[in-house]
Amino acid sequence: MQQYIDFFLTYQEAISKPCAAALNAPRQLAFEVFKEIGFPKFNSEEYQHTDISSLLESDLGLNINNLKIPINPYEVFKCDVPNLSTNLYFMVNERFYAQEEVKLSLPQGVFSGSLNTFAEQYPSIFSKYYGQLAKSDKDGLVAFNTLFAQDGYVLYVPKNVVVEQAIQLVNVLRGDTDTLANRRLLIIIEEGAQAKLLACDHTFDEKPKFVASQVCEIFVAKNALFDYYELEESSENTVRLSSTFVKQEASSNVVCNTITLLNGVTRNNYHISLDGEHAETHLYGMAIADKKQKVDNHTNIAHNVPNCLSNELFKYVLDDQAVGAFSGRILVAIDAQKTLAYQNNRNLCASRECRMFAKPQLEIYADDVKCSHGLTTGQLDETALFYMRSRGISEEEARMLLKFAFTHDVIEGIRLEALRDRLKLLVEKRFRGELMKCAGCCSNDK
Amino acid sequence: MDDSNKILDQVTTGEYKYGFSTDVETEYFPKGVNEDIVKAISAKKNEPEWMLEFRLKAFRYWQTLEMPQWAHLKMPEIDFQDIIYYAAPKKKGGLKSLDEVDPELLATFAKLGIPLHEQKIFSGIAVDAVIDSVSIKTTFKESLAEKGIIFCSFSEAVEHHPDLIKKYMGSVVPYKDNFYAALNSAVFSDGSFVYIPKGVRCPMELSTYFRINAINTGQFERTLIVADDDSYVSYLEGCTAPMRDENQLHAAIVEIVAMDRAEVKYSTVQNWYPGNKQGKGGVYNFVTKRGICKGESSKISWTQVETGSAITWKYPSCILKGDNSVGEFYSVAVTNNHQQADTGTKMIHIGKNTKSRIVSKGISAGLSHNSYRGLVRVMKGAEGARNHSQCDSLLLGDRCGAHTFPYMDIHNETAVVEHEATTSKISEDQVFYCNQRGISPEDAVGLIVNGYAKEVLNKLPMEFAVEAQKLLQISLEGSVG
Repeated sequence: MQQYIDFFLTYQEAISKPCAAALNAPRQLAFEVFKEIGFPKFNSEEYQHTDISSLLESDLGLNINNLKIPINPYEVFKCDVPNLSTNLYFMVNERFYAQEEVKLSLPQGVFSGSLNTFAEQYPSIFSKYYGQLAKSDKDGLVAFNTLFAQDGYVLYVPKNVVVEQAIQLVNVLRGDTDTLANRRLLIIIEEGAQAKLLACDHTFDEKPKFVASQVCEIFVAKNALFDYYELEESSENTVRLSSTFVKQEASSNVVCNTITLLNGVTRNNYHISLDGEHAETHLYGMAIADKKQKVDNHTNIAHNVPNCLSNELFKYVLDDQAVGAFSGRILVAIDAQKTLAYQNNRNLCASRECRMFAKPQLEIYADDVKCSHGLTTGQLDETALFYMRSRGISEEEARMLLKFAFTHDVIEGIRLEALRDRLKLLVEKRFRGELMKCAGCCSNDK
Repeated sequence: MDDSNKILDQVTTGEYKYGFSTDVETEYFPKGVNEDIVKAISAKKNEPEWMLEFRLKAFRYWQTLEMPQWAHLKMPEIDFQDIIYYAAPKKKGGLKSLDEVDPELLATFAKLGIPLHEQKIFSGIAVDAVIDSVSIKTTFKESLAEKGIIFCSFSEAVEHHPDLIKKYMGSVVPYKDNFYAALNSAVFSDGSFVYIPKGVRCPMELSTYFRINAINTGQFERTLIVADDDSYVSYLEGCTAPMRDENQLHAAIVEIVAMDRAEVKYSTVQNWYPGNKQGKGGVYNFVTKRGICKGESSKISWTQVETGSAITWKYPSCILKGDNSVGEFYSVAVTNNHQQADTGTKMIHIGKNTKSRIVSKGISAGLSHNSYRGLVRVMKGAEGARNHSQCDSLLLGDRCGAHTFPYMDIHNETAVVEHEATTSKISEDQVFYCNQRGISPEDAVGLIVNGYAKEVLNKLPMEFAVEAQKLLQISLEGSVG
């Protein structure tokens, strides 16, 4: 931790120089907080199974001077999620990759691009939203991200604009040495607007260690609709530390879906706050982990007002020495009556060495509510296996089929048909052991 | 639901009926705790050297610890130097028979309905009564001794059965276990000791009754139950305290050891003074209870009805070490007014084919907060472990909270672990259904709450079930029908 404090003190100017003023403004507070609280403590109630400090301990390069990274993702990556290729954007490490000649078909007024550009073009909107959900003062990880944030991605959809086609954002990690990518996302969906965003994480180079720190703030206004899909297919050497904050106004509808197919160590924090009546949120997650992969999802849904609905489903399939952790918290505030909140966590353990830690929590301060949570950890059903084998399906195939069926309902929660089909294929490939490298958007040149 | 609210009001306003205090001459130690106090307690009990060493080790360790803050409780910082660590009704020499016991004390226990008199032979319960720091009287000792059963106060056990104490004390809850366990290990004053020899089925329910009487005191007792091969015992525990404006501290340790094929059933009806309606006073109940199923096919079953205490922090646990051993936890926790409870269990599966079952029912009313916190851990070697947890919460009123914090750590792929939880208020449909059939709203609410808790109440021994049902407002059903 000390190394980052020293680093900031030394390179403060260089970090701030290429950034818009609004991006630099919150740095000082973040620094003070970070100096005081540091990274979340390992073994504390919220970080029982992921040691953030040790993940960031090694010497990681931070590209503060924006040295050019020799890659043109538009040439290298061919996206093979069909029908999604029109609105395709890239982030290379922490920076938005600007490409002039790409034709974009976004409706008038919609902004999809670099955080810095947005901060310069729309300073008032930027400062109205940036850092409002992801507060530095309580969260060491957010403070850390704010401290070093130099660029990122913004999606801004103005009032009543409907973006029909899904937007795809591919985060590429690229580097020859161990690298820290510190990116920031800001998503603003104004009243009555609609959009869908798919964010994929890919690691271009297998060898070096990558740490991706991401803070994403999502504002969904009245009657707006937003789908957010996160798909991670990185490498065994990649660490992903992500914090997503969602604020929903009245009658808004959000689907948030996080899928971890290939990774090293992943920690995803989701903080969803339902601040307007009749808001609806669906949070789905799925992790397929083997070898020494580690997936730790932490969710926190706050029902602050009456009449909201939340539906949460997380599924894990663990093999080899993989470690899975899930902790989910649903908070129903005082007077948030008629709340419907459902939480479900189902886990499959396929080997002796894998471990699963689960912690579904309910905190309820109102009486006229329907809340439930369910949790199971177990193995494949022997009778189902026997049934299939007695019908001539090989054991391996039968296991595969059952695992695939197990993940089915998370995939079904996706409201993007093209992605749904694509994922079915990816998941099947993953179970067959064919998905060894980022094949979601396969690379051409290597 | 207006009528039913009235009943709920009754529940919330029901007075604490055990709130009297008894004027017996009491001997106090000065406030606070330090090595001298620990030594003085030990000297007072005429303890051997090894016991004092154990206490001092625990005390030194305790000094390095801080009060745990992870529980979902709002708790003021407790000043541990403002508590009297030893208080005892003054004894005039050793007690030979019940007649020599202070009549005030006997009256106290009579008021509490404790069958201390051996004449009450038909009630068929052997009782060890602990007031403040000292065990007052153990009944039926002789008839139990015929079967080889040892049931006596902890101090007596230290004196007469040092081998057993040395072997088992601290083997399930070591003094390094947690903050309150360390404190208890340093300053515990008395408690009960039970030993059931091989192949013996204890013919009667054993029972301890705890009462804090003196002002500003903490009660730190220790219970140790050892059930040898093929034995069986059912143990009951009840607690009350007078109404005081200050908070009193109760930090106990219960250890259970079950050998091959032994079965121990431990039931608690906890009714410490919960504080008044404004949340003033009441007992802080910070208890460490743990049993180990050491032998194969052994079984430990915890049943608790928690209705009292201002703050409850209690997790009766089972370590399922022996193959095919079974752990059970049945709990009803009722909180009211400003009460807070963070309670649950831990099931640690170590042996093969171990099974555990958790049924927790929380009922919160008034401004109270009721949390279930439970851990199920399946270790690597626990082939075929099986767990089912169910925790339901019932909310009576819109200013109370019900929380669920289950933890599941699974290290073995053959384990099957399930958890389910629901939170709701009394369904208006159910009340309506009852009304339709001529049952008044009051009766309906009583019926529903009792039905809700029945699964747990059924697990209590007869004598306790009656008391528990009454406590469970019990009154809900009783007062109405």
